[in-house]
Amino acid sequence: MSDPHAGNGTPRIGVYVCHCGTNIAGTIDVVAAAEQAAEIPGVVLSRDYKYMCSDPGQELIKDDIEEHRLDRVIVASCSPCLHEETFRNAVAAGGMNPYLFQMVNIREHDSWVHRDPEAATSKAMHLIRAAVRRVRLHTPLEARRVPINPAVMVVGGGIAGIHAALTLANAGKQVYLVEREPSIGGHMAMFDKTFPTLDCAACILTPKMTQVRAHPNIKVWTMSEVTEVDGYVGSYEVTVRHEPRFIIEDACVGCLECIDACVYRSGKTPDEFNLGLSKRKPIYIPFPQAVPQVVVIDPDACIEFRTGKCKKTCVEVCADRNAIDFQQTESFDTVEVGAIIVATGFKTFDPIRTPQYGYGRYSNVYTALEVERLVNASGPTEGHVVMRDGSTPKSIGVIHCVGSRDRNTNRYCSRVCCMYSLKLSHLLQEKTDAEIYEFYIDMRTPGKDFEEFYNRVEEEGVHLIRGKVAQVRPEPNGDGRLILQAEDTLAGMVREIPVDMVVLATGLEPQADAEDVRRTFNITCAGGGFFMERHPKLAPVSTFTDGVFLAGACQGPKDIPDTVAQAGAAAAEALALVDAGFIELEPNTAYVSAEDCSGCKTCSDLCPFHAISFVDAKAVINEVLCKGCGTCVAACPSGAIHQNLFEDDEIFAEIVGVLADA
Amino acid sequence: MAKEPKIRTEADRDREFAAWFTDLVGEEKLRRCIHCGVCSGSCPLADHMDEGPRRIMYLAREGFKDDVLSSNTIWLCTSCYACTVECPQQIPVTDVMYALKRRALEEGTYPRRHPTAVMAREFSTIVRRDGRMNEVRLFARLALKSGVLRYLGMAGMGMNVVRKRRFSLRRDTIRHRAELRKLLDTVEEHRAEVAS
Amino acid sequence: MSDYSYYPGCSLKGTGRPYDESMQAVFAALGLGLDELDDWNCCGATAYMAIDEVQAVALAGRNLALAAATGNDVVAPCNACWLVLTKTQGKLGDDVALRDIVCGALGATCTAVNGDGPQPLRIDRDVAVRHPLDVLINDLGVDALGEAVTRPLDGLKVTPYYGCQIVRPLATFDDQADPQTMDRLLAAVGCEVVDNPYKTRCCGASQMMIMPDVGIDLVSLLIADAVARGAEAIAVACPLCQFNLEGYQRKALKEAGLEQSIPILYFTQLLGLALGLDPKRLGLHRSFVPVDSILGRRAAHV
Repeated sequence: MSDPHAGNGTPRIGVYVCHCGTNIAGTIDVVAAAEQAAEIPGVVLSRDYKYMCSDPGQELIKDDIEEHRLDRVIVASCSPCLHEETFRNAVAAGGMNPYLFQMVNIREHDSWVHRDPEAATSKAMHLIRAAVRRVRLHTPLEARRVPINPAVMVVGGGIAGIHAALTLANAGKQVYLVEREPSIGGHMAMFDKTFPTLDCAACILTPKMTQVRAHPNIKVWTMSEVTEVDGYVGSYEVTVRHEPRFIIEDACVGCLECIDACVYRSGKTPDEFNLGLSKRKPIYIPFPQAVPQVVVIDPDACIEFRTGKCKKTCVEVCADRNAIDFQQTESFDTVEVGAIIVATGFKTFDPIRTPQYGYGRYSNVYTALEVERLVNASGPTEGHVVMRDGSTPKSIGVIHCVGSRDRNTNRYCSRVCCMYSLKLSHLLQEKTDAEIYEFYIDMRTPGKDFEEFYNRVEEEGVHLIRGKVAQVRPEPNGDGRLILQAEDTLAGMVREIPVDMVVLATGLEPQADAEDVRRTFNITCAGGGFFMERHPKLAPVSTFTDGVFLAGACQGPKDIPDTVAQAGAAAAEALALVDAGFIELEPNTAYVSAEDCSGCKTCSDLCPFHAISFVDAKAVINEVLCKGCGTCVAACPSGAIHQNLFEDDEIFAEIVGVLADA
Repeated sequence: MAKEPKIRTEADRDREFAAWFTDLVGEEKLRRCIHCGVCSGSCPLADHMDEGPRRIMYLAREGFKDDVLSSNTIWLCTSCYACTVECPQQIPVTDVMYALKRRALEEGTYPRRHPTAVMAREFSTIVRRDGRMNEVRLFARLALKSGVLRYLGMAGMGMNVVRKRRFSLRRDTIRHRAELRKLLDTVEEHRAEVAS
Repeated sequence: MSDYSYYPGCSLKGTGRPYDESMQAVFAALGLGLDELDDWNCCGATAYMAIDEVQAVALAGRNLALAAATGNDVVAPCNACWLVLTKTQGKLGDDVALRDIVCGALGATCTAVNGDGPQPLRIDRDVAVRHPLDVLINDLGVDALGEAVTRPLDGLKVTPYYGCQIVRPLATFDDQADPQTMDRLLAAVGCEVVDNPYKTRCCGASQMMIMPDVGIDLVSLLIADAVARGAEAIAVACPLCQFNLEGYQRKALKEAGLEQSIPILYFTQLLGLALGLDPKRLGLHRSFVPVDSILGRRAAHV
């Protein structure tokens, strides 16, 4: 877009001073300001107007450019964060290069923070003078367009990742779904029933898992992790490492006969999916509905790996399918994608850190997730509530807020525990008819149908005691019962209640490697260590790294409905990004004058976006990665780096203008 | 006979007391209390208290001064710190109890039937004078000031102590007790300068 | 081994005399030098804090200054003294205004007791305040203790009772929720350690003297629990805990519906027995509850 107005002797500057209703005009004399602005050399047109951002206001700019042959425009109004783009577009509509425009903030920086009208108006004038001097020196710039690769990578194969992947794949995009465990499904695959509907988790999840497996647009990589992310939004180069499962995936049909045939008659290794409540063999499948439907070999437990001298009955029984490959090694794949959705989920709080509850010390103290496995029909006890000591509880205590709402562990509320505690109470009572006591601090059941669920559980006769349990201790008579001591604050008395089984409602935490993962994707952690969204209210799925989105509990504790909603949102935003076909980059990037560059490399380490590299010992800035933060510009000892829209002479002009009285 | 009013109005609240209390441990930390009850739940003395520590915190925060200072709660607290280590808001509950003890002593409001306050006073008197505590003397003063009769039941224990020579009748003093007294007085003068 | 300064505290000169006697005997037998701090004053315990916070800090602070001058770590066997001294050290470290007032007053009013002429008292270094359990387990070590044992206690079932002040609010030498130093010491001298969930539950402290009903309630709970778990004796580390558990045991047993009394011994006494020391040196003749059963459980000289 060439500009016939640029650099043609004395610029013709148009100044617009906005009233913004009374927001600005209430303190600043905008009429006088416009009148004074007209006196500044170079200003050929100066107006005040009620609402510059309105359609008529923008039309005004457009028409004035054409009518008065303006070649620079200044709007003195609100913050550029709000309307810089609006006015740049208006200027462009008028046929002028949008970067010959400068905005002056006389609202957030002036009328909203000062009360004295005279002083405020005077300040506005100084700011306008500064802008006039500066804008004279602006040169026309072009926003660069970069093509976008339409493929998307989804990191994490829980319900968030699954839903995002399906949404994107259905929109015709190639999706890479990367999952660390041997199967997708995440934590949801471990649950029994989900609140508030008491839908069976596996029943609603597995159809989606099957869809993922069958979808032609989704490439599922399990036992895989992202090791490196290079590139930039629109063209990320992602390297994925595949941990060997010692099975040739395409050859395995999931018949599971190898597991039966294994020389181990029974499992000896704690089963991870059942949280150690049962044992598995060295060759195993995490759960029956696993996707992919392929077994895994654990090299630490397998005799062939440990001694090299196993009968290998598994290979025998696999026969002509020949799916077992003890020589399999790790492998890597590098793919190019336009956007990445991080959906790496959560881990549960380890109650070893709250020793007063006796977890790990007394065998009948369980975490909520362990109880999910107990009551699950495909769990270690086939859905019967049988404890570690073989007995069935007649009384159960459920303790809320374990590890949550506590400055000694995690300050935040984990959001889902009140609901899942009520759910577990309901399920446990259904299966055992036990007397159940729930100890809570506040009952948080805000979602759709959640209050009704709470009413239901209360009506079913579960004791709801408002008081945080102080101690779990064993009865002295060796009956194995545990005494829960807490103040029943509603009754105003301390109660000691002996129970057979204790269930700890442990909170949600970020995954243990969240810090490493965030570095890989160049995002941040905040608030409890969860990944940080761009804005907690208005941008909950994007991050400050363009092209990287968040979905699910990795961004903060949440339940399944919210997770699915967020995953859909992340998919939609990723789609919006890649479907545009290209992205337009703000031209406020830094650039190097090669002849002044001494190759000292001071700049490259400072760049937070890794945008600087060295070619023939001279610094080169990747325009697409550069965000225009200005760090390298300030740091360069030779003054060899400059920044578009923030040239030295432009800044000095502004300073002179601010200090000038006319 | 006038009925004891159960409904409290805003006139029953002492705002100065509430403000003093809220700022007791600084940074208005006492506003953080979410009333979870773990302090009362973990307190080994809760069984005997008029109000458990949680209720005391709540009443004090709202300014119900008489309820707080006339209860036996603060005097039954043995400062075992069970509440402090469990509090999810990291409120130093034990320190709050000490502060309430001091305020009650200053104002002279403590239940007559509870001689802990008397004991604390006698303890400090002996220490100030001698520099060391003598258990026999402390017990004697306590018994005198709060009624000898209540301690008759301890005769058996007393005999044991004497028989096994687990006591000292000597006035156990330190050589520099005058200095110690001056130390305490000097510190007392500058008390106001210390930020709480 | 370096020498330690010794801060017995007021109770060890009275009802806690057996603790003083067994401490000194055991440390001597193990070759650990113990030097009683000259002219130490009362630490203030929990009582002075109820009167005045800043005075209480000064009171304890004088002892820190005395200890600082010796250059040694100071060992305080009484749990309450240990906590008061440790906390006071912390407070003086954290609160600059408090430190200025207290240290200023110390320097202006008190003098050092040794040296050439009276020197103003100063706390010029951080004093390490140690509990004997800390010294024995962490400095000397369980292995060295085991080696020094000549007459191990023959599987005597003992419940370790730590009390509250050495684990709460500060647990500097042991685990706060489940301390183990005494457990390990008892095991090293041949005892069978009977674990119990009340090992750090408050014994009632001075409530026993003031409100005996309350005190008896707390104590009977502890005793009943220990007995129900099969303990033959309870080991303690604090003179007030010891006195509460032993001094009123008849009443406590009655409250708990028990008949058989149970010896309450300082861990130093049990250690002393295992080291082959004469029971009289360990103050065992001062026990209210007969301890013959304990004495009989010592193995012959190994």
